[in-house]
Amino acid sequence: VALRIIGCGNLDRGDDAAGLLVARRLHAVVVDQGVDGLGVEIRNVTILEQSGESFSLMDCWASGDDVILVDATAPMGTPGKIQVWNACADKLPEDAFPCSTHGFGVREAVELARVLGRLPLTLLICGIEGKRFSLGATVSPEVDRAVESVAQELLERARTTAGPCQTMRKRTIAG
Amino acid sequence: VSKQQTRTIKVDVLARVEGEGALYVKLKGDVVQDVKLKIYEPPRFFEAFLRGRHFSELPDIVARICGICPIAYQMSAVHAVENALGVAIDPSVRLLRRLFYCGEWIESHALHVYMLHAPDFLGYPDAIAMARDHQAVVQQGLRLKKAGNRIVTLMGGREIHPVSAAVGGFYKAPSKSALKELVDELKWALDASLATVRFAAGLDFPEFEQDYEFVSLCHPDEYPFNEGRIVSNRGLDIDASAYEENFTEQHVEHSNALHSVLRGRGSYMVGPLARFNLNFDRLPDVAQQAARDCGLKVPCRNPFRSIVVRAVELVFACHEALRVIREYEPPAVPRAQTPARASTGQAATEAPRGLLYHRYILDQEGLITSAKIVPPTSQNQKRIEEDLWHFVSQVATRPAGEITSKCEQAVRNYDPCISCATHFLRLHLERE
Repeated sequence: VALRIIGCGNLDRGDDAAGLLVARRLHAVVVDQGVDGLGVEIRNVTILEQSGESFSLMDCWASGDDVILVDATAPMGTPGKIQVWNACADKLPEDAFPCSTHGFGVREAVELARVLGRLPLTLLICGIEGKRFSLGATVSPEVDRAVESVAQELLERARTTAGPCQTMRKRTIAG
Repeated sequence: VSKQQTRTIKVDVLARVEGEGALYVKLKGDVVQDVKLKIYEPPRFFEAFLRGRHFSELPDIVARICGICPIAYQMSAVHAVENALGVAIDPSVRLLRRLFYCGEWIESHALHVYMLHAPDFLGYPDAIAMARDHQAVVQQGLRLKKAGNRIVTLMGGREIHPVSAAVGGFYKAPSKSALKELVDELKWALDASLATVRFAAGLDFPEFEQDYEFVSLCHPDEYPFNEGRIVSNRGLDIDASAYEENFTEQHVEHSNALHSVLRGRGSYMVGPLARFNLNFDRLPDVAQQAARDCGLKVPCRNPFRSIVVRAVELVFACHEALRVIREYEPPAVPRAQTPARASTGQAATEAPRGLLYHRYILDQEGLITSAKIVPPTSQNQKRIEEDLWHFVSQVATRPAGEITSKCEQAVRNYDPCISCATHFLRLHLERE
């Protein structure tokens, strides 16, 4: 079974780049080398980068896909905190995901897909809490550490993927 | 409500617009006392970032000003620099730029018509709620937007922040066969756009008209994208190089976006309604007929009918994209030589939301010493406030919640892009 990992964000806006950075770290290993760091071949994993704009995002998956989407979440005082939601089972919290174009971001993509019957088979949303989102800002050290941690965990999942994804371990990294 | 009671209506975060802003309306009884469109998204200083950069970097930098209209920023930038350097582009490159713009108009107009503005007319808080009752409508909008995305992705090298546009042309020109792969979906999109005109024309519109000064580009033969003189329905007829002699920007305390006005005349409107009213006879027959069939008259002075005009422009953009693909022959050289020289260049092109003006001063090495960018939302901002002054009076006797939603709808007539202009929306309604 194919696994699709989607990293969302904006490289020009500090911690908003988190999802894209996870995608790029995975891409470097899974696609460029085709093997993980232990020499284990990884197949059937597609890694995508997205801005987080809803309508394009909905086109990134098909009904039978297993999808893990990584995006930055809004600052709540614990930068680097990693949270995972099972979007097929539950609605996403309204205040977690900073909006994208015209207010259509990850949450809106998921909820519109739910109404239209266009959710994939499984959809896990992995959020990395950001600290700074201003234009031209660099990624905060807390988010940088969380990016590495999520990339490692997804690499492990990619290595073992053979069936529908189960729930990712929920974990908090001290900010 | 007592005739003397003060009411304040506040929308602290305007939804379904790009960027961060708020709306404040103060009423004494049913008389409007104050209207402020507050743009609080911080200024982004792009014009300052550009100083000291080489002109060849411009298309990639300005594409990042806006996620929804990067091509408009790229087109105004490259034309301004080409005007500065005296560069003539290949006719095939000119065609490709029109196709590129078609893609952006289709994406942007489909998004606005179906996802941002239609919920207002149909009484839903957002597109997600609307989709529960109007699945087919929303699916059609999504597919139309995707048709535009495909053009942008093909032409720009990628969907977001396209990278192919260059001063002098494109880094790489697509093959004929690559463009032909778009044809079937664009034929569907043209039919869907005609259906969109019928859908939009069937909505209920408030009776509201204003005596606008419409401003847009006007080309002798074409509905405008990249070229033409800047004209208005009150006699303005200038080259882009005379823009700053005729328009000025004013700082207002309540907004981080400058208000653009016509010198000595005041507010004006740019965007689909202005283009349509000033260029109706340049639309292809199929778009003109679609407008006539749904009773759209020229001039149209009801801003709420801009949703129908956007749908007519969807018809135009799909039709134009198909024409370009039919006529396209790849250029011998996709990018003209652009030797640097000390110079100044200006250009205006038609972003989906309206006229977008750029001016650059270059030194002999081609480094930018000064940049000026005037986005459509800055130009419309004063006009939006004036619309609200008059429109709130019409709905002042209604409950506060209804006034709020009507005001937001009136703002969305302009599809404002606050991110671009800050360089928008919460509503505050106060009754005295």
